Amino acid sequence: MIYLDNSATTKPDPAVLESFNQVSRQYYGNPSSIHQFGGTAEKLLITAKKQAAEILQVEKEELIFTSGGTEGNNMAIKGVALEHQNRGKHIITSEIEHPSVFEACESLKKLGFEITYLPVNDKGVISISDLKAAIRDDTILISIMHVNNEIGSIQPIEEIGAIAGNYPKLFFHVDDVQGLGKVPLDLKKSGIDLCTYSGHKIHGLKGTGMLYVNKRTKLFPLFHGGSQESALRSGTENLAGIVAMVKALRLIKEKEKNEIAKMYEMQQFIMNEVKAIDGVNMNTPEEAAPHIVNISVPGIKPEVIIHMLGEQNIFISTKSACSSKLKDESKVLAACGFQADRTTSALRISLSYDNTMEEIKTFIGALKSAISEFKKALE
Amino acid sequence: MEFDHILIRYGEMALKGKNIKQFINQLQQNVQQKIKEFPGVKVKRTQGRMFVLLNGNDPKAVMEKCKNVFGTQSLSLAVKVENDVEKIKEAALYALNNGENIHKFKVTVKRINKDFPVRSQEMNQVLGGHLLTNTDGITVDVHHPDVEVKVEIRNEATYITSSVVPGLGGLPVGTSGKSLLLLSGGIDSPVAGFLSMKRGVEIEAIHFHSPPYTSERSKQKVLDLAKQLTKYGKSIKVHIVPFTKLQQEIFREMPDAYAMTIMRRMMFRISEKVCEQESILSLTTGENLGQVASQTMESMHTINEVTNYPIIRPLVTMDKQEVIELSHEIGTYETSILPYEDCCTIFVPKSPKTKPKRDKVNYYESTHDFTASIQEAVNGIETIKITDKKDPTETFHDLL
Repeated sequence: MIYLDNSATTKPDPAVLESFNQVSRQYYGNPSSIHQFGGTAEKLLITAKKQAAEILQVEKEELIFTSGGTEGNNMAIKGVALEHQNRGKHIITSEIEHPSVFEACESLKKLGFEITYLPVNDKGVISISDLKAAIRDDTILISIMHVNNEIGSIQPIEEIGAIAGNYPKLFFHVDDVQGLGKVPLDLKKSGIDLCTYSGHKIHGLKGTGMLYVNKRTKLFPLFHGGSQESALRSGTENLAGIVAMVKALRLIKEKEKNEIAKMYEMQQFIMNEVKAIDGVNMNTPEEAAPHIVNISVPGIKPEVIIHMLGEQNIFISTKSACSSKLKDESKVLAACGFQADRTTSALRISLSYDNTMEEIKTFIGALKSAISEFKKALE
Repeated sequence: MEFDHILIRYGEMALKGKNIKQFINQLQQNVQQKIKEFPGVKVKRTQGRMFVLLNGNDPKAVMEKCKNVFGTQSLSLAVKVENDVEKIKEAALYALNNGENIHKFKVTVKRINKDFPVRSQEMNQVLGGHLLTNTDGITVDVHHPDVEVKVEIRNEATYITSSVVPGLGGLPVGTSGKSLLLLSGGIDSPVAGFLSMKRGVEIEAIHFHSPPYTSERSKQKVLDLAKQLTKYGKSIKVHIVPFTKLQQEIFREMPDAYAMTIMRRMMFRISEKVCEQESILSLTTGENLGQVASQTMESMHTINEVTNYPIIRPLVTMDKQEVIELSHEIGTYETSILPYEDCCTIFVPKSPKTKPKRDKVNYYESTHDFTASIQEAVNGIETIKITDKKDPTETFHDLL
């Protein structure tokens, strides 16, 4: 099998699974139980958080363990909105956010919030002057993703943070689900108040994630109950999942340091090969995250190519898995200003550090023959 | 180009008279101890200054450790280059570019090596010009610069520094003897420990543990607090006193209203015995005036009666808010507020005497012989040495 759908989810690292297994067997106590067995579980929980905080260079009190990216984004956006609505009811985000940001913002309209969606250029990047112009007296939140999940474009987070920093009433949230472990991001330097992470995108397990909440930021919790996670996220901690994720975090950060060049090399190879195929558009900009290549083959339904490749056990995807079930147009590509033939025929190839050049070459061969076969059938 | 050493300035210590050598030696030793995890780093002294030679280690990581050593006044990352104008220009630009939030700068050149062909004043202009043309949005301001780029042309080489990072101040731990810190697990006592360390005091800690009324977790909390304190000094011995039996006896035999006062007197008696065993000459507590009912002048007077060891009470004049802020700064707050019972929060009498009298307490204590129980508590002490190293058995290393 050649798995090239790593932006949808990744294969759990065997070492991570081993940790999950061991924690589930040995440390199943509830960290909130006051007996010693619970105490050990709590200690493991704290140790895991400490390690994650060290890796991300934040304080351990600034990390909240969540169930993943969707929860993190909802917690950040609704949490800020509900807690600080007296300051104002205006939120700025972009047109290419993940549905968990977009829909969370849309839902707040029912509570009287106004949302400004910043447009992007054909490289999938917002403009700083648009952002500046959009900020109003009643703006309380800017939520911008770091790396786009469909095309891999990178937003100027540091610049946005510097602007947000001029407005003390304003909070700055970043969805870094796709960037973690692939595109370095300095939380402190970028002036970020909230940052969402997901475990299963970095070879951890589904149902795990983290939200960074810096010390100055107060949130209204979505889950009330036993006051776990500094009372921001009640519910018995998924200790095994958490430990697994933190291990995955450590492993991917080591790879980010040592193997990122290799991933860029694979991406560059795909881009060069694909550009040479007649009738294929490249949707991923030059300056992009190393793991995503998005192309369109106008005239061919993307499902057809997915299935043709699938027959050879090669797995890529159409748009992001999360929005694939909606309409057949990619909102992200439409926001980049591409025409309908291109926005409805997109394919996404997404890499992980596990992929090899050999796999990539096999995939390119299969893609080329799939396209030419399809064209022949039409003639 | 990269910063290759850290310049350490020591302030108040320079005021010390004949024994200054001892202070500086201790500082050098303490810094060396803090950074020994980095391979090849060395702390050196030449002509009244102290340097850390980085030897290729991450400058920021080493700096982070060095600035938490008491006795450092301020620190700067520095570059050493040959006495060559072009090299000095390049290094000055590097040093300027590596500071944060810099809009205005000034250059100060000291030409100690008079053989160097360019005079200080001229060199100032050369460097100022070079920095201005090679940076964006940065201007010269000789009166209120954000950073002063200092260039010292010495005989052996030229040293360039820019940003100044404040150190912790105070005196090097180990220059003022040893004190025994009564460490409860609350917010105050770790801060008190930190502040006595600031005056060069090396500390050991004593904790009164009352299982099963207090849990393993409350004991662990105290060890975690001690560990946090080691960040600012040496390793810390924590003496855990099994206190249950004595405590029960006090609350059984003594009048309810006086039990708290007598319990604290017992703590001092036991602490003094530990001091004798460990050759420690003073006690340190987190006591304060007027914070809670028992912290009154009368209470302090009555409790203090049982020992004539000096008691260092660094927090005695501080407001609660100041203590809390400091505990945030030194990183003990989050641990301190974990909600575990400690020996002072169990057996709380309904109406403790806020103004206990010495004669009354002495009378009550004379009605019962505690000697055996005190000795038993002392004999049962468990001593744990806490270092600032990570403990491999507690890091769940295999899992994470």
